[in-house]
Amino acid sequence: MPSVTPSQTIGPFYFGTIINGYRHDLAPPGVPGERIDVVLILHDVQGAIVPDGLLEIWQANSAGRYNHPDDRRNLPLDPGFEGFGRASTDTSGCSHFSTVKPGRVPWPTGGLQAPHINISIFARGVLNRLATRLYFDGDPANGEDPVLNLVEPARRATLIARRDGSGVWRLPIHLGGANETVFFDC
Amino acid sequence: MTTDTYRRSAADDHPANASPEYKSTATRSPTRPPVVLPQSLSEITGPLLSTERLGALENDLTRQRMSAPLGERIIVQGRVLDENGKPVPEALVEIWQCNASGRYHHPGDQHDAPLDPNFYGGGRARADGDGRYKFITIKPGAYPWKNHHNAWRPAHIHFSLFGPAFATRLITQMYFPNDPLLAIDPIYNSVPEGARARLQASFDIDLTQPEWALGYRFDIVLRGRNATPME
Ligand SMILES: [Fe+3]
Repeated sequence: MPSVTPSQTIGPFYFGTIINGYRHDLAPPGVPGERIDVVLILHDVQGAIVPDGLLEIWQANSAGRYNHPDDRRNLPLDPGFEGFGRASTDTSGCSHFSTVKPGRVPWPTGGLQAPHINISIFARGVLNRLATRLYFDGDPANGEDPVLNLVEPARRATLIARRDGSGVWRLPIHLGGANETVFFDC
Repeated sequence: MTTDTYRRSAADDHPANASPEYKSTATRSPTRPPVVLPQSLSEITGPLLSTERLGALENDLTRQRMSAPLGERIIVQGRVLDENGKPVPEALVEIWQCNASGRYHHPGDQHDAPLDPNFYGGGRARADGDGRYKFITIKPGAYPWKNHHNAWRPAHIHFSLFGPAFATRLITQMYFPNDPLLAIDPIYNSVPEGARARLQASFDIDLTQPEWALGYRFDIVLRGRNATPME
């Protein structure tokens, strides 16, 4: 059997041509759900911002359904909503996305996960894709989320986005240092 | 007890996040072990990008501008497979690279080598039902990168693949056989020794088109599904 191809860094000179530009806006008008704006801010281990990263997000629709054949539940799919976003970080380390708040999806051993957005991180100096999640501060389901409960309590806050004064959900991602984000082997 | 849908990679398949010879990893690699996550629907689904329409010339990097770019025309062809040897059908493959002089068409690249107005360096292809993909491009040059004194990257093409799930996402680099820079490149050598050769394309005279272009074969292997457990 063939062996898996090893990972390499995206490097600093990746293009806008990958996917012919980016997908900041996941949910065109008409897609049902609560409209949200999300800003991810990427920091290195010293806290400096990372202006040359690429962030991708993957999420369920507002009904909690993934647009994928392995999600076989009888829940609605929304035309025009795939659930994938991609944006490079800007000179202030930020990637912006407009989307809808995802619904709850099941957990393999039963129960539901709290609403969350799955995140992939690439950058110069990052040799393997880093995977993390975004949860929503104040969501009543967070307390029973099986993934948050896998994480030691002191580090859970690294996964929880907070709303700023203009209603934008902001999540700092720290590649290392005292506030190192929880990354997942999934 | 649940079984992972996708096989987990072994420690000797991928680079360590902290690879000291590659200087940029010093400030960009996590130090705590990742939290091992059971694979839920969030991990076993992912963007298939099946509605993404590709233009007819996106896989031919030599025909995207006014005229032909300078450099050695090559065909890069291969299959997208999984660890079970099964093709990944309809996979979206994205590539990007520098020109024949070793310069990227990117504002951040300040290497003192000429830009080629006829070479942009980005391409996409959709694999067929058997996972076969094909690009026509020019052989990229080596370029200096300041990692250490007299540091030069071996010629390489960057590859990005999604595969069937969030868990199968892969970004990698394809190298050329017999490149003397491979032995001294910290990024290539960040991969454990036994796995490095998987990143080298092979020269294939059968892919070569007489009087026109040399051919290289590069198969890409994504994580495979575990056997379905008996219920
Ligand atoms: Fe490169």
